[in-house]
Amino acid sequence: MPSHRRALLVLLLLTALSVASLGVALAAGSMALSLGELWAMLSGANDTARTIVIDLRLPRALAAFACGGLLALAGALMQVLLRNPLADPYVLGISGGAGVGALTAMLLGLTGLGVPSFAFAGALATIVLVFGLARNDGSSTQTPLLLTGVVVAAGCGALVALILTLAPEQKVHGMLFWLMGDLSQSATPLPALGVLLAALAVALPFACELNLLARGAEQALALGVAVPTLRRIVYVTASLATAAAVTTAGSIGFIGLIVPHLVRLAIGNDQRLLLPAAALAGGSLLTLADTAARTVAAPIQLPVGVLTALIGVPVFLYLLGRSRP
Amino acid sequence: MILSARQLSVSIGLHKVCLGLDLDLAAGTRLAILGRNGAGKSTLLATLAGLRPADAGTLLLEGKSYAEHGLRNAAKLRGWLGQDRSDPFATTVLETVLTGRHPHLGRWGWEAAADVDLARKTLAAMGLANMEAREVHTLSGGERQRVAIAALLAQTPRLYLLDEPLAHLDLNHRIATLDLLSRRARNEGSAVVMVLHDPNFALRFCDQALLLFGDSRHIAGPVSAVIDAQTLSSLYGYPMKPLVTADFPQPIFVPE
Repeated sequence: MPSHRRALLVLLLLTALSVASLGVALAAGSMALSLGELWAMLSGANDTARTIVIDLRLPRALAAFACGGLLALAGALMQVLLRNPLADPYVLGISGGAGVGALTAMLLGLTGLGVPSFAFAGALATIVLVFGLARNDGSSTQTPLLLTGVVVAAGCGALVALILTLAPEQKVHGMLFWLMGDLSQSATPLPALGVLLAALAVALPFACELNLLARGAEQALALGVAVPTLRRIVYVTASLATAAAVTTAGSIGFIGLIVPHLVRLAIGNDQRLLLPAAALAGGSLLTLADTAARTVAAPIQLPVGVLTALIGVPVFLYLLGRSRP
Repeated sequence: MILSARQLSVSIGLHKVCLGLDLDLAAGTRLAILGRNGAGKSTLLATLAGLRPADAGTLLLEGKSYAEHGLRNAAKLRGWLGQDRSDPFATTVLETVLTGRHPHLGRWGWEAAADVDLARKTLAAMGLANMEAREVHTLSGGERQRVAIAALLAQTPRLYLLDEPLAHLDLNHRIATLDLLSRRARNEGSAVVMVLHDPNFALRFCDQALLLFGDSRHIAGPVSAVIDAQTLSSLYGYPMKPLVTADFPQPIFVPE
């Protein structure tokens, strides 16, 4: 159990990291800026550089931060809900549903808000479907929910493959980018940031109860936790957080799996600290990854999902190997 | 009366555990639940804990039903030790014991020094002093079981419901645990209900016994009245026989 003071210190450090990551994202790019120039610009001067930073880099950096925070928070919540450290935000098929929606929109030739709207509708449909199919679950485990989600995710994967096969060739590139996770398409970061704040506001008051739920449903019930209600709240919160992230940036992998683990290794598994810390760390990590994705191979922009997976796979395998006795 | 049940009927699936059970647990009572595997001991214990509904009858904890108490208030009054000891996430012994303090904390509460002190005291009482920083998955089965009992003790309820508290414990810790629980009941005015598998422990550490025969029949009463060779033989489906020695006030029951 971390002490109150240590928890505040950790959150303060992570907030500083978040601000720094946003600063790097604003300064880095084909037109690199020093910290002084950045400050001068943010506080007044009006020219092309200001347009680049305020209109192009800032929304993208904020979208990256919001999506990273959402995915890490949703991953941490799913891991507690399913009592499975290997769960991630996509395990219950939400990204699959969003993928089917987004690719359908692209196939129909929709642009602008069409793709995110369809993606969000697909994610919502999956959330309702999985929860509806798995709701007769009176058992102490969440195995029916997990299995239903995995099967629905597999079905969505098949539909995605079908759409990719049927789509005209010039559309396939955009579809693949969306599937790998890509922040260059995100229109405005505000919905994702709003959902992140709302998800934290809903989840944090239940952090103590989540600590008990992670240890077992029956014991939690005996200690005064309204387990069925809590599970519904966690499922809906984590699902909507995932849906918001996927709608904004496609299915960016591994943030939702490895960030909760990294944070847990560093500060323990107390959800009162883990949830806000994971949101801040996930936001910072994706902001930095996206900055790298648009700068390392410039002028080519890599899909950020590829980068997070390339970093995520070895880090995760290392952690997995280390945790084995 | 800490817990009273009137005409309680409990079943799980099609299996009838008990019909029309009357129980009164006053302060100081130590009740042993005995029966074969699958007789429904755990199901009945979970029902007495308010974790699952009964088919019929009333159940009052300190004069109020579980619904009237609400989950959190009920958790301050009754503690339940289940059989499940899975720990999917890494956690320390002290953190695990502190979960027992949850009902006493507010929504935004953080464990105070007094809670940590209490947790350390219960760890010491369970013979786990100096182990508070250990990861629970490095513990042996018996040590893990004692951590779970320590968490229950840290909850400081008035009614203790324990499902096989002696599982994985060595002989020394079995006696120590039963001794500690029966002392709590006598000295702190609480009541203890335990699922046990050894009728001799029931005779030695409990004053009441409830025998579940697995076919909806039950016998309840003072241990010396309900535990005899004939009843035990029929309860376990194996012939049992009393050994009388000068060293113990009660007979010792052994399988033939």
